[in-house]
Amino acid sequence: MITAAPAPFGQSSGPTVRRVNDPLHGDLLEVSMGPQHPSTHGVFRMDVTLDGEVIVKLKPVFGYLHRNHEKIAENTSYLSSMPYTDRLDYLCSMSTNWAYAMAVEKLSGQAVPDRAQYLRVILAELTRIVNHACLVGFLFNDLGTSFTPLLYAFREREKIIDLFEALSGSRMMCNYQRFGGCRVDPTPEWLAAASKLVDNFPRFLDEYETMLTGNEILLARTQGVGRLDPKHAVNAGITGPVLRACGVNYDLRKVDAYGFYPRFDFRVPLGEHGDTYDRYMMRILEMRESVKILQQAFKVLPAGPIMDPKAKLRGFRPKPGETYGRLEGPKGELGFYLLSDGTPNPYRYRVRPPSLINLTLLEEMCLGHTVADAVVILGSIDIVLGEVDR
Amino acid sequence: MSDAIDKPVPFPAAGNISDAEREELRRHGILMTSLEELYNWGRSNSIWPLQFGLACCAIEMIAAATARFDIARFGAEIFRPSPRQADLMIVSGTVTKKMAPQVVRLWNQMPEPKYCIAMGACAISGGPFKQGYNVLKGIDRFIPVDIYIPGCPPRPEALLNGLMELQKQIQGERLTGPDAARHTRPDMPSEFSVPSYGEHDLQPTKNAEVWKPATPLTRSGKG
Amino acid sequence: MEALDQIRDRLLARFSGASVALVTNPGPAAEHSLLLDPAHAREIALFLRDDSALQLDYCSNATGIDWPEKEIVETKKVSVLDPAGGPAKITEEKTKRVEPGCLEAVYHLYSMALRHGPVVIRMRTANRSDKVNLPSLTPVWRSCDFQEREIFDLYGIVFDGHPDLRRLLMWDEFKDHPMRKDYVDPDDFEWEPTPHAGVLDRAKMHYSAPATLAVSAAPQPEVKP
Repeated sequence: MITAAPAPFGQSSGPTVRRVNDPLHGDLLEVSMGPQHPSTHGVFRMDVTLDGEVIVKLKPVFGYLHRNHEKIAENTSYLSSMPYTDRLDYLCSMSTNWAYAMAVEKLSGQAVPDRAQYLRVILAELTRIVNHACLVGFLFNDLGTSFTPLLYAFREREKIIDLFEALSGSRMMCNYQRFGGCRVDPTPEWLAAASKLVDNFPRFLDEYETMLTGNEILLARTQGVGRLDPKHAVNAGITGPVLRACGVNYDLRKVDAYGFYPRFDFRVPLGEHGDTYDRYMMRILEMRESVKILQQAFKVLPAGPIMDPKAKLRGFRPKPGETYGRLEGPKGELGFYLLSDGTPNPYRYRVRPPSLINLTLLEEMCLGHTVADAVVILGSIDIVLGEVDR
Repeated sequence: MSDAIDKPVPFPAAGNISDAEREELRRHGILMTSLEELYNWGRSNSIWPLQFGLACCAIEMIAAATARFDIARFGAEIFRPSPRQADLMIVSGTVTKKMAPQVVRLWNQMPEPKYCIAMGACAISGGPFKQGYNVLKGIDRFIPVDIYIPGCPPRPEALLNGLMELQKQIQGERLTGPDAARHTRPDMPSEFSVPSYGEHDLQPTKNAEVWKPATPLTRSGKG
Repeated sequence: MEALDQIRDRLLARFSGASVALVTNPGPAAEHSLLLDPAHAREIALFLRDDSALQLDYCSNATGIDWPEKEIVETKKVSVLDPAGGPAKITEEKTKRVEPGCLEAVYHLYSMALRHGPVVIRMRTANRSDKVNLPSLTPVWRSCDFQEREIFDLYGIVFDGHPDLRRLLMWDEFKDHPMRKDYVDPDDFEWEPTPHAGVLDRAKMHYSAPATLAVSAAPQPEVKP
């Protein structure tokens, strides 16, 4: 583990930048990439300063999707914020639901029945698979494959999304978790279909990897690109697969042991180099671990209630107090900070967005690389603008 | 939605040939058409959307482009990264006040004929985020919208339906005459004023030339 | 990890002159926190990060909280002696006092090296209008960079020593701090047929005709031309 203090702020961890101080070099070029740009994954904007094609300065600009989630949540009841959490990270609504439900349960001291805990694990891991499969597709889009890997990813996504729709009634905005349990109990047919899908999933992964992992373009464009060193990554609060790609073993499923994760046997994949290729491999390996967790969960899923009988949804007023609940979302540590003053509305409601904080070191990762590499580096960090700007 | 798409697609054939006669001729292998019809047929089947995702609805827009829903069946699979090459702007998601000037600027950069689909509740009216201080309450405050697709987010099928409605609208457009399409008339605006960032809100908050809301329905007495 | 009051005692012993108070959390989560005085906050933060027993190398969450001025009415029962010599009268005496408001920044610290946490630290500004400066902890934990910019944007806390303190989410010309409790957002609602309280109140300001308002709580179709 890293214990030494990181370098003082402002000293770049990236590669050295070619200095422009002689008349042979032209002027620096300032480009605003975004907010409408085909590969900034939404309305993200980077103000880039270029020397030729090499980035010498990069400042991210946020707020183009700032939809006031926190302000709206402070003006409504605890339960009515649940559908808004779907729209935070709109690729993984099931995990965001769980993160919020978990924070509220921590705030009010509620218990969750066993079956609901297993269902939460199942749905969160399915969400992780959807997210990682799509991310890999988008990453290859950024590499210039023009849609083909994404078509495969979306084929698998549609299968899982159909399951979510059968369970919750909505493809993307599931609004499924409740404080003290889940909303609907899946039928045996649903469980059988989900279990079958999970059993078949490694075949898709093999197919995907055969196409992508050894691909020469992928190797050439990602190995050694956008290196992140663990010391700075920890200091900058980077979490999730991006952090583990640089070799830091910090997975909240193991560290916090929340939910029923301690009951499952799975490993945490770790990278060595912290470059874009490792971040890609991290996603592939995590999908394989998720499949392992899911297969165990379907075997041991107990019967029983899915809601705590004492749970109160309407007129829910937690006692005054504050809490910070967090879980390992597909993008990193997703946390909710809640401050209750005893009224039906939270006094302070704050989302700790992994996508935003993972962008802290974007400039350091991109310095010295070309614009085309910056696009790939950004793609490998995995951001969703609904969560970055909230 | 305009009235044009509710009417059946007209056949503005030359001369005095009726639709039935034309159909009869077609069975015998003789195709008769007008330049207008041919032009609209070509345009409506090669709508190139702008590759422009705003929020959650953008994911469903991508899903509509993938194999299961396959927007290519309608000739609209070529998402152009540049507004200069696009015919259709799908406003897919929440338009914030910080983003609104950019959306209007993109719309101004698109060449005529151009069309706009407001996809999802947020683009139509602000949707669930309507009470937010930074949320624009409907993109139709700044640019004219042809098709509204409700939903949060709308399913890909709904987007396809909206696209088909737009195709019907295009097929019914006239090139000449008093009811000619917008892009053929020099008196209709093609570019709209871009709002600027103010100290508390956008300046102006809406474009009064574009946004003309209906007067609210009121009922007298106690409901 | 050692208990929070032990950490406080160690901090007080090490930093003479610093004030570190324990803020208890009455909720079931019982995540108590340490209130630091802004003058010593950065030294203490550095100590928390580098101390070998704590090694809080990871600042997960930084957020602002707005505490507006609160008027507190206290009733005290006072017995007043009757000057005429009768029995003492008990009167209620009401005293009003205004509890000063402040802005607060809260940081949640964890240790990735030792896998413990959280340690919650908080700092308070002197008031909400002109003395809103706090020391930035970005030089200690880089992860506070964007989050402190967000607090500056939405709450108006000025972080001294932040390398790049600009608005994060709103545009630069924006003057207000929208997450403060007394922020009034621009009124650009049209008439709404929904019965939601906040929207309905806004609608009332626009359409004061009584016929509209008597029934506006009932669902009505909205007509578009």
